[in-house]
Amino acid sequence: MPGELLRVVTAGSVDDGKSTLVGRLLHDAKAVLADQMTAVEVASDRRGYDVADLALLVDGLRAEREQGITIDVAYRYFATPRRTFVLADTPGHVQYTRNTVTGASTADVAVILVDARTGVVDQTRRHAAVAALLRVAHIVLAVNKMDLVDFDEPVFDRIVTDFTSVASSLGLPGFTPIPLAALTGDNVVERSIRMPWYSGPPLLRFLEDVEAREGSDIPARFPVQVVMRPRSAEYPDYRGYGGKVEAGTLRVGDAVTVLPSGRTTSIEGIDTADGALDWAGAGRSVVVRLADNIDLSRGDVIVGAGDPRPVVARQITATLCWLSDRPLRPNDRFLLRHTTRSVRAVVDDIVGRLDITTVTSAVTDVLELNDIGTVRLRIAEPIIADPYALNRSTGALLLVDEASGATMAAGMVVEASA
Amino acid sequence: MTSLLNGPPRGDLTDRTWLSDLEDESIHILREVVGQFERPVLLFSGGKDSIVMLHLAAKAFWPGKVPFPVMHVDTGHNFTEVIAFRDEHVERMGVKLVIASVQDAIDSGRVVEIPGQIRNPLQTIPLLDGIAAGRYDAVLGGARRDEEKARAKERIFSVRDDFGQWDPRNQRPELWDLYNGKHRPGEHVRVFPLSNWTELDVWAYIQREGIALPGIYYAHPREVFDRDGMLLAVTEFTPPGADDVVRTEIVRYRTVGDATCTGAVLSDAADVAAVVAEVAAATISERGATRADDRASEAAMEDRKRQGYF
Repeated sequence: MPGELLRVVTAGSVDDGKSTLVGRLLHDAKAVLADQMTAVEVASDRRGYDVADLALLVDGLRAEREQGITIDVAYRYFATPRRTFVLADTPGHVQYTRNTVTGASTADVAVILVDARTGVVDQTRRHAAVAALLRVAHIVLAVNKMDLVDFDEPVFDRIVTDFTSVASSLGLPGFTPIPLAALTGDNVVERSIRMPWYSGPPLLRFLEDVEAREGSDIPARFPVQVVMRPRSAEYPDYRGYGGKVEAGTLRVGDAVTVLPSGRTTSIEGIDTADGALDWAGAGRSVVVRLADNIDLSRGDVIVGAGDPRPVVARQITATLCWLSDRPLRPNDRFLLRHTTRSVRAVVDDIVGRLDITTVTSAVTDVLELNDIGTVRLRIAEPIIADPYALNRSTGALLLVDEASGATMAAGMVVEASA
Repeated sequence: MTSLLNGPPRGDLTDRTWLSDLEDESIHILREVVGQFERPVLLFSGGKDSIVMLHLAAKAFWPGKVPFPVMHVDTGHNFTEVIAFRDEHVERMGVKLVIASVQDAIDSGRVVEIPGQIRNPLQTIPLLDGIAAGRYDAVLGGARRDEEKARAKERIFSVRDDFGQWDPRNQRPELWDLYNGKHRPGEHVRVFPLSNWTELDVWAYIQREGIALPGIYYAHPREVFDRDGMLLAVTEFTPPGADDVVRTEIVRYRTVGDATCTGAVLSDAADVAAVVAEVAAATISERGATRADDRASEAAMEDRKRQGYF
């Protein structure tokens, strides 16, 4: 049976054949069932296509099918004997870059598509920048449509060279280039016989073998979601804290600090409905009992001993991806969502906007839809934060419009201070 | 600590398979709902997905009780075994059952039944009425993204406007595991904790956890006849026509919905292990095999969801 989940995001610009690649992966991995395939064939036929358009497997909304484009993040699921995959397929249009950010936020691997005929374009840089910013652990550069350049090695090499300079300017630690042809299936699931010069794995094999995200090795972070006080006949005095381990490992007996109060205690027990645990690693949903009678509530964080420690912060410098049509300006106010806290926040100033193509920061006093920029935020009550570079879950935040509830920005903590 | 659930002990609790990952994610989502909302409700049909969801809720809030009621949007065209199971199960789990009745809505003129048409689309009004009457601000549903193309684009926290409508072009981006439940008065949020599960995951989990299901999910002899390429059971709501040939087959159900639009499949999978093996080898999707309501058009589900359907 398959092992752990691997979360993958695919990104590419318009007409890179991304939906076709995803359709091909699902099809060749036998995740497409006969009736779904029949529906695709019927729909392709209705549109006058000669061959089944595998993109129609993925483009689910009426407007997408009518316009032949992908608008929204689509989640796809497939399993091989070796692994289970959650695939976030994100659209390529510039105006939908916010969806790439969404898909990348949970991904272990980003597959960035380029068309072998056009190579690295602005949108490729943008997607690489998003993957770098969101700290996706592994990047695949999928050079698609190799069939249209006669499976030519120098074409592939040139694109890899171009992308290497993009990657180094963004500070990406590395990437895996794969030449493929989604339409014909070369190097998607099966190794291509038409590119003998390529010695690496086909895409699916790479995804099966790549290590899922290494856990962040900082001390434990456990934001309290709910307080468990059943007051039942069976558990009259039970008091535990339900939450998910967001970094490190919690162990029974470990000394911990509770923030923001700063009180210290130790872990008396780690409970689940299936029984007690000796320890719980990152990602596990558990109930924690503490040795001392300390009253915690939602939003408090149980923190393991040792460095680095999180900051009980009222000032945050954060990189934002602006997701709304309404621009951001200094002094705008929001609700800030961070771990299990929601606090009021005001934007003190906009430090700069990142120019994706030149990877430089420019002075600005406004951020518009799809802009990426750095801001300074002041918040009404503290949050318990780490830099995003240290730990995704305790470094990530949302800015929410208080009136409508709309999610306006995705943010990553650069620096937090009291 | 004793184990709460009736299933067999799970052995190695630190064994992290993909099912543990999915379970941890769903529990986190369920706890966020209780942390962020005043009045959640869980949609419970007696079908396998809603049973799994309730099982996850019991685990999420253990050793306390499930801190919200469950609601069944009842078309009145049920399989009797499923209703019996529903009533026993909510009793066993100690949760309150609220029923939103399509029949009542028809009787009071809130919805108009078109003779000969299935009732599934009629569920939307009683569902929205039920949500309004209970003043529920979060509505937990068992929908999965693998079920259908439009559902693949659904968020885990999905805001519905005053009219219960879904606007797929205007969905909130959903990042990391930071769920945004903020909404305006009058709006509510649909929450789908099983979003990332597949049909096979659900069955593998039912097997691992030893979760009890209504018997119609397992192979049994039943009087059936063919209609629109589906095997329909002979029930009081689906009487065979004069030309229909009724025969007894060994069948089971892959989904349990309204009896008038849910077909049986020929199967000899009589227990959970056999079903897991069957689903793993299936070549037809769950909805394609058994749901007439999705066959109306390429975008049938999207259209119903826009109106406020599950």
